[in-house]
Amino acid sequence: MTNWIDIGELNDIPRQGARVVKTALGCVAVFRTVEDQVFALEDRCPHKGGPLSEGIVHGSKVTCPLHNWVFEMNTGQAQGADEGSVPTYATRVEGGRILLDAQMLQNRSAA
Amino acid sequence: MTQKIVVIGAGMASGRMLEHLFEAGADVDVTLFNAEPRGNYNRIMLSPVLSGEKTYEQIVTHDDDWYAANKVTSRFGERVVSIDRDRKVVIGENGEVPYDQLVIGTGSNPFIIPLPGKDLDGVIAYRDLEDTHRMMEVGSTPGSKAVVIGGGLLGLEAAAGLQMRGCDVTVVHIMGHLMERQLDEAAGYLLRKALVQRGIKVLCSTNSKEILGEDGKVRALLLDNGTELPCDLLVMAVGIRPNIAVGQAAGLDCGRAIKVDDQMRTSDPSIFAVGECVEHNGNLFGLVAPLYDQAKVLAATLMGQEAAFQPREVSTKLKVTGCDLFSAGDFADKDGREDIVFRDPARGVYKRLVLENNKLVGAVMYGDTADGNWFFGLIKDGSDVSEMRDTLIFGPAFQGGSSDPLSAVAALPADAEICGCNGVCKGKIVDAINAGANTVDAIRATTKASASCGTCTGLVEQVLAVTLGDDFVMPTAQPMCKCTDHTHEDVRRLIKSQALKSMPAVFQELAWKTKDGCHSCRPALNYYLLADWPLEYVDDPQSRFINERKHANIQKDGTFSVVPRMWGGMTTSDELRAIADVVDKFKVPTVHVTGGQRIDLLGVRGEDLPAVWSDLNKAGMVSGHAYSKGLRTVKTCVGRDHCRFGTQDSSGLGIQLEKALWGSWTPHKVKLAVSGCPRNCAEATCKDIGVICVDSGYEIGIAGAAGMDVKETEQFHKATSEEEVLEWVQAVMQLYRENAKYLDRIYKWVNKVGLDWVKEQVSDEATRKALVERFAISQTVYQKDPWAEHVEKEQARYTPIATLNLEAAE
Ligand code: SRM
Ligand SMILES: Cc1cc2nc3c(=O)[nH]c(=O)nc-3n(C[C@H](O)[C@H](O)[C@H](O)COP(=O)(O)OP(=O)(O)OC[C@H]3O[C@@H](n4cnc5c(N)ncnc54)[C@H](O)[C@@H]3O)c2cc1C
Ligand code: SF4
Ligand code: FES
Repeated sequence: MTNWIDIGELNDIPRQGARVVKTALGCVAVFRTVEDQVFALEDRCPHKGGPLSEGIVHGSKVTCPLHNWVFEMNTGQAQGADEGSVPTYATRVEGGRILLDAQMLQNRSAA
Repeated sequence: MTQKIVVIGAGMASGRMLEHLFEAGADVDVTLFNAEPRGNYNRIMLSPVLSGEKTYEQIVTHDDDWYAANKVTSRFGERVVSIDRDRKVVIGENGEVPYDQLVIGTGSNPFIIPLPGKDLDGVIAYRDLEDTHRMMEVGSTPGSKAVVIGGGLLGLEAAAGLQMRGCDVTVVHIMGHLMERQLDEAAGYLLRKALVQRGIKVLCSTNSKEILGEDGKVRALLLDNGTELPCDLLVMAVGIRPNIAVGQAAGLDCGRAIKVDDQMRTSDPSIFAVGECVEHNGNLFGLVAPLYDQAKVLAATLMGQEAAFQPREVSTKLKVTGCDLFSAGDFADKDGREDIVFRDPARGVYKRLVLENNKLVGAVMYGDTADGNWFFGLIKDGSDVSEMRDTLIFGPAFQGGSSDPLSAVAALPADAEICGCNGVCKGKIVDAINAGANTVDAIRATTKASASCGTCTGLVEQVLAVTLGDDFVMPTAQPMCKCTDHTHEDVRRLIKSQALKSMPAVFQELAWKTKDGCHSCRPALNYYLLADWPLEYVDDPQSRFINERKHANIQKDGTFSVVPRMWGGMTTSDELRAIADVVDKFKVPTVHVTGGQRIDLLGVRGEDLPAVWSDLNKAGMVSGHAYSKGLRTVKTCVGRDHCRFGTQDSSGLGIQLEKALWGSWTPHKVKLAVSGCPRNCAEATCKDIGVICVDSGYEIGIAGAAGMDVKETEQFHKATSEEEVLEWVQAVMQLYRENAKYLDRIYKWVNKVGLDWVKEQVSDEATRKALVERFAISQTVYQKDPWAEHVEKEQARYTPIATLNLEAAE
């Protein structure tokens, strides 16, 4: 089951940039790529907890600002020699608005 | 029994449907309403009519004879007002018509941005013949000016058509590149370049604010940034909305458009819809190819035959003569997708293929679109391309042979041009190789190939490899990163020599292998571009490391540190009090006196940054740039005013230096110090630039280091006045800014170019003055306190986009 929540306008996030959504269970980073795709990832690097929302976005990847691990945002998988993954959440863009799947966000509290 | 069919709208979709019905000899009696005072014409060919390449007569699809022959009752120029479903009648402006089956084909309405002034005379959309005539009329008036809002397909076709009629045209586009829905940034860059070359002005990332008028007529478009663009005609081409008014009022099930099933049937079994006014499985349509499929399905349905509509891939071409572009499929990044990028800067060609699971799923090309349909076929058929992957991008001509990418070069004929700048063909290079030139440098020297812009270096290497076979060893200069084969030095040189002034320009002209670079090359390119073109290039925060993007130093726990400037290491009780107040107010956990003679507030929460800065700004303090590849600190000792050994005003000179240099971006951080005597309490002899005051003047040293390497500065110049120190220091800063590789400190750069060269440049008075002048120009743009700017304009960067209360959502 999904529960789409409108979190804001696509244009509130700069291209190749990110903003965070605050939740009681920590922040979710919402990224926008150069081609206007939107991804949502837990805002915590599995390496040492770096805030991924502050990273550099290139293609569908983001580079952690602390030690340059690179993550594929479609899967949350670390790239190259690094091992680890970040939880990802479903997003949709409709009529210029960004929708985030809140059900998945809630589910993680149970996990 | 003859079916009474009423059709609302004589558009491209319903017209095609009627053709199918009549060709199949269906037993039907058709009444056709059209709001436009004419029958069916080929709407997509309005653009060639506008540009003068066709006449209206040539684009009429169905003329009076055709309607008469098929016994269609035409009610052109008559709008349908409503549908009475209970009585099964359609009510037109001039009366009712009963139906057995009803077809709605009302197309779309252009979207008009609700700007003030949108109703002025001279503000039009681009949809029908009336709009086209209006543009032709204005375009043909000598000296006329037009503004087109919208840089998509329609807007650009309108702009090109107007321009071909002699009109002075400006396109205003809100997004960062043209046709962003169909093109990626690289292709958008080439398209813009072509349009600009033919004289159309193109403003991207630009917002409109208001349409200004005079006596009820449009006069100008006012932009967000205050600029006024005078115009006699304003064309809005910003998108379309399905025209569903009649269907909606009749109570048909609608989403964003009228919902239909696979047979094109609406929620009322006797009513069908076709064209842009329909929504099928959540999808809307804006190009004719799928509409023709719908028309065929609907004709079959109306004749009681079985047929089902399936959406299919569409491809896009722009109908602007001379701008060859092609885009098809889906080229968004997804997991498991890979890009193959080919760029031929000399010919202005760009091609990008997107592969997923060994299949081609998307293609964008510009400049050379000859293979577009072949790629489109591969996308539609879902063919497995793994066998031809290595040569896929070269098109069908190179398939079937060996899969070695070099074979593409091997297959080139002797007269194929390799170096566009110097007109050197493959045969000439092969001759040079056979005559003994066995390196790229030797080929450069003997044939000039790759000696100018250098972008064909890769091709020359391939010709070498093909010709020499095993004897060829690829040169091993370190490329900038995986996105390019060019070294930092080459890229810097090419940015200058080719006047590349934007990121997409670099990516295209220097044949980048990725679409938007990576975390390693983008910060470097951003620096090179802003250093070389301070007035033209616009700094890109998204290509900066977080510290420089948020103007504070990120910590291991994601909080930030804040270091306000203390000019020359001097402070006052007021500044200290303001700092103490900030520490209390924002509960800053750690305060540290830095090695750079100032105070560091550590552990500030990202969200608090603007408020912290605002308070510090009020006390007169600005950013210390403790995070930047730019000027950091100028350490000083107290000097002549207090110290018994002091020879000159070392702290005063340090403050002057810091005030002249702050805010400038540099290849790596730059630290200075000024000591009042050779005892050197400010540690000036291990700084990037250090000044030691002596009785007879000032000893300037450069290229010191005290970080990972420790190295004493080298004697650079002996100055006799403070003005002279300022001039020489600014000149050497600018020389470093213009020439060094990104992330080389001054000592590393000097080590590469030689101290003698640096001295030679700066000693020459004309060169020195020119360097200082260029530094001053750059400072007019960059010497601004980023904290003040962000407090005022960039607050949003520091706040969450949303705060979710998950309990409430449950
Ligand atoms: C705050 C400070 C330490 C302190 O508390 O005193 C400091 C803190 C950092 N230094 Fe430093 N350096 C500080 C003075 C120095 C000095 C001494 C000086 O400036 O007189 C040096 C040696 C001189 C030099 O610059 O070479 C110094 C050599 C480095 C280096 C090595 C640079 C090199 O080229 O070898 C790095 C790494 C780098 O920049 O790549 C570095 C990097 C860092 C960073 C920015 C690491 C990072 O990227 O996160 C540290 C940030 C800590 C934080 O979380 O805020 N820091 N660092 C000093 C700030 C000075 C200021 O007021 O701006
Ligand atoms: C300048 C231009 C260039 C284009 N170029 C291309 C291209 O290169 N490739 C491509 O694939 N597509 C292109 N298109 C898009 C293409 O023209 C449309 O997708 C297509 O025309 C839609 O067909 P339709 O039958 O749904 O609607 P339309 O062709 O718009 O026909 C709808 C008709 O219904 C009439 N109508 C509306 N409401 C009523 C009412 N209440 N009563 C009576 N009549 C009514 C309208 O007056 C109109 O004549 C272009 C469009 C334009 C404007
Ligand atoms: S020496 Fe500099 S970089 Fe190293 S831990 Fe200390 S502050 Fe950080
Ligand atoms: S915390 Fe992200 S790379 Fe180390």
